[in-house]
Formats: sequence, C-alpha cells, structure tokens
Amino acid sequence: MTALPLASPTRPRYFTPGVWVVAGVALAGGAALLARYVLGLGAVTNLSDGYPWGLWIAIDVACGVALAAGGFTTAFIAHLVHREEFHPLVRPALLTAVIGYTFVALGVMTDLGRFWAMWHVMLPWMWQGNSVLFEVAICVMTYLTVLYIEFLPIVCERFIGRVRLPGPLARLDRIAEAVLRRLDASLGRVMTVFIILGVVLSCMHQSSLGTLMVIAGPKLHPLWQTPMLPMFFLLSAFCVGPAMVIFESLLAARSFRLAPEREILGRLARLIPLLLGVYGIGKVIDLLNRGAALHVLEGSAASALFAAEFGLGVIAPLALLLSPRARRSTRLLLLAASLVIFGVVLNRLNVFLLGFTPPIESAAYVPSLAEFGVTAGFIAMMVLIYRFVALNFPVIEGLKEVRS
Amino acid sequence: MSIPLPQLLPSCGSARPATPAARTERTRPRAHRTGAVSRRDFVRLTGACAATLAATSVAPAGGEAGGLDADRRGVLVDLTVCIGCRRCEWACRNESNPPAGELRECDDQSVFRSRRRPTSTQLTVVNRYPGPAGGPAAHVKTQCMHCEHPACASACLVGAMRKTPTGPVIYDAARCIGCRYCMVACPFQYASYEFDNALTPQVRKCQLCPARTSRGELPACVAICPVEALTYGRRDELLRIAHERIRTCPDRYVDHVYGEHEAGGTSWLYLADRPFTELGFPTLGSSSPAELTEAIQHGIFKGFAAPVMLFGLLAAVGRLMRDPKESS
Repeated sequence: MTALPLASPTRPRYFTPGVWVVAGVALAGGAALLARYVLGLGAVTNLSDGYPWGLWIAIDVACGVALAAGGFTTAFIAHLVHREEFHPLVRPALLTAVIGYTFVALGVMTDLGRFWAMWHVMLPWMWQGNSVLFEVAICVMTYLTVLYIEFLPIVCERFIGRVRLPGPLARLDRIAEAVLRRLDASLGRVMTVFIILGVVLSCMHQSSLGTLMVIAGPKLHPLWQTPMLPMFFLLSAFCVGPAMVIFESLLAARSFRLAPEREILGRLARLIPLLLGVYGIGKVIDLLNRGAALHVLEGSAASALFAAEFGLGVIAPLALLLSPRARRSTRLLLLAASLVIFGVVLNRLNVFLLGFTPPIESAAYVPSLAEFGVTAGFIAMMVLIYRFVALNFPVIEGLKEVRS
Repeated sequence: MSIPLPQLLPSCGSARPATPAARTERTRPRAHRTGAVSRRDFVRLTGACAATLAATSVAPAGGEAGGLDADRRGVLVDLTVCIGCRRCEWACRNESNPPAGELRECDDQSVFRSRRRPTSTQLTVVNRYPGPAGGPAAHVKTQCMHCEHPACASACLVGAMRKTPTGPVIYDAARCIGCRYCMVACPFQYASYEFDNALTPQVRKCQLCPARTSRGELPACVAICPVEALTYGRRDELLRIAHERIRTCPDRYVDHVYGEHEAGGTSWLYLADRPFTELGFPTLGSSSPAELTEAIQHGIFKGFAAPVMLFGLLAAVGRLMRDPKESS
C-alpha cells in the first residue's frame, strides 16, 4: 500500500448541471425514505405476504453486493498477485466498495420491519448458525469494517502534513498529525492481513448470497433454482468486479475530463472472457445435469428473462471481449462492461424477484413509486458521495494532472 | 371456553355429511353426540392414545432425532368431514386477534368466491373447491403447517422462529428483526406480516394455541369445530388414525396423508377425497428445504476450515508472487 504512487486531492467544480440532477434524485429518494420510516413498509411499498422481498432486497442489497465486487477483485489482482500495473484501479474500486457496502447496509436496514432491532445480529445468544442469512449478515458487517480499515491509509495520506483543525481546536493539530502518522505506519505493516481477510470475506458472502434463495425451493423457477447457486453467485461476482471497475473508470474519466486508462483497462478486460466462460459453461452443465435445460424453450417470461441474462449478459460480452480490437476501443469496452453488469443485475433480479412465484396465488408484485424512489435515491447518493470523495481525497490517479 | 356452541348446531347439523359408522367408531373411542370436542373428550382421546401406545409400544422410548418429543402434537384434518362453516376462522380470531366479531358473520358464503390465504389478522382461512362434475365441494382449512423441520426456523438469523419439541413452531417477536426471510423460506408461504405496522410489525402465523394447550385445552379451531373435522393429538397417533381411515374406507379417501412426508413432514395432516393438487396444496418433496441449505452451509463452513484454507492460500499467493524488488 505504501508503495502506491501519490494521488493528491484536487478541487475542480463539484456541481455541474448533471450533478444537480443527481442531487434532485437523491433528495426525492430521501423524501421516500423518510416516508418509509414514518409510515411503515405497508404504506410505502407494494410488498405482500406473497412477495415478502421486493425491489430493495433485489437491487439495493443483492445487486449492491455484486456490483461492489470490484473492491476485492482488484485488491486480489494488484496486491496479492502483485500485478503492479493495476494499482491505479485499486483505490477507485475500493472507494466504490466502501460506498457500495455502506449503502447495502442502509438498504437492508430500510427493508427491515424492526430496523431498531438490527443489532440483535451482533448478540451471540441470538445467533442461529443454520441460517444462511446469519452468515451473510456477519460477513457483510465484518467486511464493511475491513473496507473502512483499507480506506484509512487514503485518509491518512490526505491529511498528513496538512491537518488544519478549525478555531481553538488548532492547538490539537500537532497531536492529530502524530496520531495520523502513527496510524499510517502501523496500518502499513498489517494491511496485507486486512486485504487477504477482505478477499476471504467477499468469497464467503458473495457465495452465501446465492445460497439464500436455495431454501425457497420450488418457489424459485427451475432455470435458477439449483444447489449450485452459491458457486454461480461467486463466479458472477468475479466477472462483474472487473467489469464494474472498467465501467466506472470510463465514466469517471468522462465526468472528470481525464484521458481514460485504456491500456490498463484493456488488459483487465482480458480476464473477463475467461471468467465469463467458466461461469457460462458451469451454468449450462448445471442446467443439463438437473434436466432443466428445456425450460429455456418453454416460451414463458422466465425463459425470456433467462435468455436475456445469458445471451446479452454472458455470451455477448464474452464474444466482444475476445477481440483485441474491442478491448482497445473505449466505446466497445464500455459496451462490453455494461453488458456484463446488465447480465449480473438481471441475474440477481431473476433469482430474488422475477423468478419467484409464491405457492399461493397472490397479486403480482410491482414495486411502488416510493420503492423505485428509494432505490434511485440511494444510487444518486452513492454517486454524489463518490464524486465528493474522488475530488477531495487521493483516489483517482489522473486528477493530479488536471489540477496542475 | 365460552363459545356459544348450541347456536351453531341447527345450521351445521343438517349440512353434516353422513360418515361411515366404522370410521366414527375407530377414530372416537366413545361416540360423541354433541358435535364438538370438549376438554373432557380431549383428555379421553389422549388417554386412548396413551393406551394404544402402551399396548403396541411403537414409539421410541426417548426423544426423536432433531430434539423432538416422541409424543409431539399435531392436528389431523379430515376434509371429507369439513362443511365449510368457518367457525374455526372465528375461534382463531377470538384467540389470536380479538375482538372476533359476530359469530354469524361466518355464515357469509360470499368469501368462497375467491381463494384466500392466511393473513396477519386471520391466521387460518377456509377455502372452497368445487367438486368434480357437480360432486360435493371440498373445504380446505389452511394455516401454518408446523413443519417437523421448519424452513422458517432454519432461515431465521436470530432464532425468532423455533420448533418446540412438543410440535408447534413458535414465533418470538422479542428476537425478530423483521427481515421476512422466514416467509421467503416457508414452502407453503403461510406466514404473514404486519406490513401496516410502522414500528413493531410481527410475523403472524398459527402458534397452535400455546396458552390453551398448556391449560389442557384444545386449540381454539379444534375445540369449536362442530363436525369434528379436526382431531388434535399425538402426531404418530394421528398418522395411525389417518391410515386406518383410508384402509377402512378406501372409496372415501385418496391414499395420501398430506403432511406425512411433505417438506419433511408437518404437524398438520390432511385427509381428502381427491388429489391434493386439486385442493390448492403445493406439491412438495419429502425432505425439508432446510436440509439442503443446511448441508451446503455446514459443508462450506464446517470447522471454518474452508475460509481458513482460503486465507492461507491467498497469503501464500501474496508471498510467492511478490516482486523481489518491491519487498525491499
């Protein structure tokens, strides 16, 4: 970590017209969020006894965890496999993971009917070790802590040598400075442990997130219901991690008017076809093995969703990224990464929501406006926080040049 | 128990189907004429069960696998006897969601037009299924099935759902955090949620009347049933009774006790005159959905070996792949 080249904070304009729009969405989401906590789940959502889990669990939690996978995948490649050329991608991916997992926790809390009792998960005498959700909850909580620890060196780097506490607190500047230096030094010694821990915890809960729906049994359509779900969730997290890094890096470059790191991103993109290939072949073998392959042709909504997920989200980006020309083109790279993300998002939606049919006929679940509002608001808040941190902390390599 | 039973009998009595004498004798050690099971009869019934068991000694001496008592309780529902009077719905409301309202509201047959499910204020509901080709309609009471190996209890991360050794699956609101994973896990989707409660919503489902049974009374629905479609007792004894009814009257029943094996077995058991798929029962395998997830979960995390091994592997990778120039 300490060997990283310095990326220093800069201050281009925070607000652009686009950012104002995002802020508006965030504000609207905040209003929906307030309504949820004041009026309750029933008043604000279209959840029912037939569909106890809805948009928030499928998008804010399941997709949130998957799309934050860039954090542990880049940490693994850059810090454990020591591919130094990928170092510039580590900090942006880490920031995404920190923000992403924070909002996963917020998303879970928003969905909990008795959110004020959330801390029960931390009480050993409440633990129920057979529960897959227990494992997910403990892992995500621990991983979130690890992520914040992994982020601390960036905070140290930002403030060491320029601690300016306001007013009378200025007297403490020197102490704060010393604390930061001490923290930075000791973190540097143990950071490898936290990086490895982060990868282990990610593998654990990314897979367990898939195990979650195995207990739903025949309520989940046979195209997705398989004891291999944990394996597929883990493999697809490996795929979507690099894809998310490419996607964000290209968007950030555009937003901050930087030259995209095409060379590095193209090299990272080389990994994706291999990972997608393993994932795709695994899925096909599993379908054949379970005798569920014919459901692909049943002409139902489920089969269409599966075709979209697999065709557009696995095969198309795989074919695209095999071509070196596509990997060199910013536009095609963005397209391929978007397709991988689309495929994984649709997969999580299918597993947690669209492929789910309650055994008792229930009115179909269509998320309410407020549910969409909260989800959109959370995404907007994440964008705003990302932008703020990227502009004020040494996260994105290229911002240094812009400033000077 | 101050339920005004005598009022019911005239209206229900005439609708009561003729039951074969053999069945009546075998299932009821002493023939009843009142049409309702009283506490006295309950004691008698359990006494008879105990006697049967003492004579045959089929039950294992101690507890069974999974920490369940050998004499755990259940309810047998004979759908061929049920007349759809919905008194059980009223009694359930009276017990779990008072005030229950007027008893005569049960006579409203219009509710049968749509298929209903248990809700957070009505933990049991009766649905009507028209008979095949003008045959008699069937009425199906639904409520939490109290699985032998409940998926909801396996799913709950804070142990708010619990299978008691005596049979019932009990919900403890003091532990619950409101994630509703139990509802996702339930193979019947019978648990329901107080979505409209903003601050202290609970998962609501049949608890098998713990307050009543601990006083030696029957569950409210069983007690009020005017035609004795419901029998409360030891699960193993109920199974014996069910199979005996099928054997004695093979024309009356399909040869299937729903709940004997479904989802790994349930405390509520059903007898019917037609395939259960025609009566809204889900077709389920003979193992609990929890068995598979627990096998996966404990397989991966047994002794925490896999995560520790992964940690070691990653540490080794980190060391071996290190560039010698960097380590200086």
